[in-house]
Amino acid sequence: MAAAQHKRYWKRNLPGYGWSLVRAVILIGVCYIVIFPILTKIASSFMSRNDLWDTTVVWIPRYPTLRNYELAWQYMNYPRAFWTSVKLSFIVSALQLASSTLVGYGIARFHFKGAKLLFTLAIVTLIVPPELFIIPLFLNFRYFDLLGLLPAKLDLINTVWPAVIMAATCTGPRNSLFIYIMRQYFKGMPRDLEEAAYVDGAGSFRTFYRIMLPAAVPAMVTVFLFAFVWQWNDYYMTQMFYSSATTLPMMLDKLPNSVLGMRWESSLPETSLLNNTGSLLLIAPLVILYIFLQKYFVESVQRTGITGQ
Amino acid sequence: MKKHQPRRRLFSLTLRQQNIAAGYLFSLPFILGFVFVFLYPTILSAVFSLNELVITKTGYALKYVGFENYRHVFQVHPTFIRDLTETTINMLSQVFWVLVFSFFAAIVLNQKFRGRLIARAILFLPIIMASGIILKIEARDYMTGILEYGMESVSTFLVTPALSVYLSKFQLPDALIENILAAIESLPNIIRSSGIQILVLLAGLQAIPSSLYEASEVEGATAWENFWLITLPMVSPLILTNIIYTIVDYFTSPSNLIVTNIRAAAFGTLGYGVGSAMSWVYFGVIGTILAITFLIFSRFVFYHE
Repeated sequence: MAAAQHKRYWKRNLPGYGWSLVRAVILIGVCYIVIFPILTKIASSFMSRNDLWDTTVVWIPRYPTLRNYELAWQYMNYPRAFWTSVKLSFIVSALQLASSTLVGYGIARFHFKGAKLLFTLAIVTLIVPPELFIIPLFLNFRYFDLLGLLPAKLDLINTVWPAVIMAATCTGPRNSLFIYIMRQYFKGMPRDLEEAAYVDGAGSFRTFYRIMLPAAVPAMVTVFLFAFVWQWNDYYMTQMFYSSATTLPMMLDKLPNSVLGMRWESSLPETSLLNNTGSLLLIAPLVILYIFLQKYFVESVQRTGITGQ
Repeated sequence: MKKHQPRRRLFSLTLRQQNIAAGYLFSLPFILGFVFVFLYPTILSAVFSLNELVITKTGYALKYVGFENYRHVFQVHPTFIRDLTETTINMLSQVFWVLVFSFFAAIVLNQKFRGRLIARAILFLPIIMASGIILKIEARDYMTGILEYGMESVSTFLVTPALSVYLSKFQLPDALIENILAAIESLPNIIRSSGIQILVLLAGLQAIPSSLYEASEVEGATAWENFWLITLPMVSPLILTNIIYTIVDYFTSPSNLIVTNIRAAAFGTLGYGVGSAMSWVYFGVIGTILAITFLIFSRFVFYHE
């Protein structure tokens, strides 16, 4: 009797345990692949030149050193570059958040001609490769006169203005994704909320500011995080329009050259040590931020209606 | 109730007009941005692609050359067409495998098990890591190459031969087997480009009302039937979103072969004109692929409500 019960227990639960095991193995494998680049960076950041030529060294350096960190810290001008990055990322992501919240709300909650068209256009800007318009855009900012509306041509290249203008008008890279997120979120909110405010005599902006905005905080956190992270790592746009900016990615890009001088291109291993250390220094603040916010991040995405339901 | 009717109608009429004005006002940032930062430069780039661009002291001058730049792209440029074909084929395979993997990962991450939070946190890390300068550095990094070689050799010498023997038992077409093996080799790449897609699908899975599953359990449905009749239809709009996102992500990634080509042309000796022509050809290809994808898959998409 007991044996039969035992057998039945295993018969029912064994597939479950089997699946748990398979799942654990797969997840561990996948997680390993995901953190592999970080492990690579950490391992090589402590290596010295001797380790590079020692064939027995694969992961753990035999002559560990902090030299790479010292060099990267010094030549990236880390404290200063860090603040430049914080400032620029904060300005850009705050503006992107503000503009995409406004636009998302506008096309989600008001019935006007072209609301749907605007949404479609926003998606179109997402799928157009930036290379298509980056050159004319560069010339636009180089000889900036707003299609002839300004009396003189301004040179906005190497100022913060191109980034500000693009962020404030939702046209930065992948900015439309934020409009999409906000729009889906506002779409999913109950109508009664607004109507109650309107009946009480509040205007559109008051309603938006007082009622809708506080309710949209989860989606806004998501948008802000995405915007901040992408701007933090951004190299392409900064190099294009603001190449004198001393942000961390810009300093990192120049790092091998500034440490090794002209021979950086011929000494790949040393370049690699510097690049990996620099990358770690670049993403360290993000990873710390992520560790604190990840729970909120994942939850907020679930509640944002990014799913389009 | 009836007494309030006329007053309400009057109120809603003015509200309607207010509504329209407010709608435009809220959307104004994007309208301005679309016209000035997107549309105008895009039109300019179409013009550039038909011209030769010369930088002068006060700005730039255009010299009309007709379709010469396009002719250059198609007939003179040594690698563009080949690169374009290669990129497109790689993209199709990437989209398929990212889709399969992200679906699988989302389903697993949606189950309850110990360490789920950590697993999620790790799987979403690429969203932070795989962007901007990091991607650029990793693409040609020496140490990454060496250490990855260690990992790859495990797969090349152990997993791949074993698997190809196993797969050949099923008498599948050789092309399919090759594709599967290639996907396994590029697994790290696929996993690292699936962050957003997993996030989107996971959110979608959690949005499925549990009442649907409860009802089907009462009817005696199996997990298999649940998957095909509830889970898959309910997340099908997100699968379409993911397909589109993956295509766009692949095509606009800075490490992409064509993007490199365009940049080399535009900022190199070939000039802006040829660069613009290349980007238009490229955009044409992306647009066509997206349109076809959309037409094919939107027939299978099920919208709840």
